[in-house]
Amino acid sequence: MDAITGAWQWLTTAANWAGEKGVWHRLGEHVYLSALCLVISCLIALPVALWLGHIGKGGALAVNISNVGRAVPTFAVLVLLTLSPLGTHGDWPTIIALVLFAVPPLLTNAYVGMREADRDVVEAARGMGMSGPQLLLRVEIPLAYPLIMTGLRSATVQVVATATLAALAGGGGLGRIITAGFGNYDTAQVVAGALLVAVLALAVEGALVLADRFFDPMRGRRRGARTAGRGTAGGTGRGDAGSGAGSGTGSGGAGRAGGSGVSERPGGLGGVGAAGRSGEPRGLGVTGGSGGSGRGGDAVASGKLA
Amino acid sequence: MDAGPSALTVAQAAEQSCLQANDWICGEYVRTRGHELLDATVQHIGITAISVIIGLLVAFPLALVARRRRAAAGPVLGLTTVLYTVPSLAMFALLTPVFGVSAAVVITGLVMYSLTILVRNILAGLTSVPDEVREAARGMGYGAARLLFEVELPLALPAMVAGLRIATVSTVAMTTIGSVVGYGGLGNLIASGMEGFFKAEVLTATVLCVLLALVADLLLMGLQRLLTPWTRTRTRAGTRSRRGAGTTKAVA
Repeated sequence: MDAITGAWQWLTTAANWAGEKGVWHRLGEHVYLSALCLVISCLIALPVALWLGHIGKGGALAVNISNVGRAVPTFAVLVLLTLSPLGTHGDWPTIIALVLFAVPPLLTNAYVGMREADRDVVEAARGMGMSGPQLLLRVEIPLAYPLIMTGLRSATVQVVATATLAALAGGGGLGRIITAGFGNYDTAQVVAGALLVAVLALAVEGALVLADRFFDPMRGRRRGARTAGRGTAGGTGRGDAGSGAGSGTGSGGAGRAGGSGVSERPGGLGGVGAAGRSGEPRGLGVTGGSGGSGRGGDAVASGKLA
Repeated sequence: MDAGPSALTVAQAAEQSCLQANDWICGEYVRTRGHELLDATVQHIGITAISVIIGLLVAFPLALVARRRRAAAGPVLGLTTVLYTVPSLAMFALLTPVFGVSAAVVITGLVMYSLTILVRNILAGLTSVPDEVREAARGMGYGAARLLFEVELPLALPAMVAGLRIATVSTVAMTTIGSVVGYGGLGNLIASGMEGFFKAEVLTATVLCVLLALVADLLLMGLQRLLTPWTRTRTRAGTRSRRGAGTTKAVA
């Protein structure tokens, strides 16, 4: 309880909000770095993922990149970059680390989303005479939208968390309030900083959920279409894309539990990607694969990194 | 006679220079601080293992509750997602006043993060069990507990292990952040290496950490293959007897 009242006092002291080390300045740094890195990551990852998904190649790359990314500690990358010659160049170590960890979820989810776009629909569109770009813009991307947004949310959570960690390696952002608190044995400040970070992360996540609903190209149509179009078979079969893309979907027949049915539930807490498909030799560190509906499905499958 | 000592001094000079020159890769560092590396690795493995095991023990009943009651599923999954969104540094900072500066801070934080992945994957695994199989087992007189442990669990195992692998690998990576309270295993070496601008220490600890994650991943994959032999033999003919044996083994 002391910690909470202390934190409240810290937060209500005007002096803590002003100046170079104040909350406003740190919050500005945090938001600026996160937004900048997110934009850079999208510019790198999305065109590549959409193109690879469109031509249907590079699945192994798209899936493995996030399996590898998961094993590398964010903290270690931040420190390594800070100690490297780049370390003397201001925010660059932080920016590079943030981009490195934001690209995999974006790339993997967008790729899986593209590959999961109903092949029958894509074929039909092709048969109607749509050109490659038309197909991409008017069929595949709208169908892949839920997973693209899942990737975006996952990447955003990642970036906000990693930007907090940047403080450990001497970068800016709200994490500095926490590390400074630890440095001074000032529990009130540690808790206050942590609360600020947590509120920021949750607010960003909430904003993205709303944006996701608002910009959905199939708004209002998706649920009906989905339940009709994808029975259990469709849902589970397709889920393989997440896991199987790397190893080839050869064992597709055995493919149950691919994208799992959790997602069909109202409220859509889907997207488990529990593609622990039996008989699969190596595809287990599975990512994406939220077969039923990526809607509301979140970063979970890609694993918490920071 | 002459060659020995001179070669040794040359080697020593080279070794000293690798520490003095602050190289990224330094064999001398690994040799002289072997015990430090070992201690940190042991702490790292301990924290990760305890976190994942507790996470599994907590996640399993949660998943069962979420499956049993639709009304509970929303709050359980929602809460774990909210916890998951909180950045780790903030999580550890918030837990510090509760537990003081101790390993419990790190373990509790890591358990909370692992819950999200584990609960969802266990739930997905259980949901993926075909209704026909469940009906057949009930028809054979299986009770609820026996159905769960002897039929559903083995069938849900691949999905569960997939979740366990993701949770374990990311827990290994995130344990490093525990260095803010001094219980970060190899993360402590990364942090001290950063303060002392000691490149070899940072790089060696990082590499060990990635190796740990990979080894853990491979071990879990091997464990799954051991526990679910029927998934391997499914494509081959005449697997019926083995399949039966596999199920009993998985259950035991």
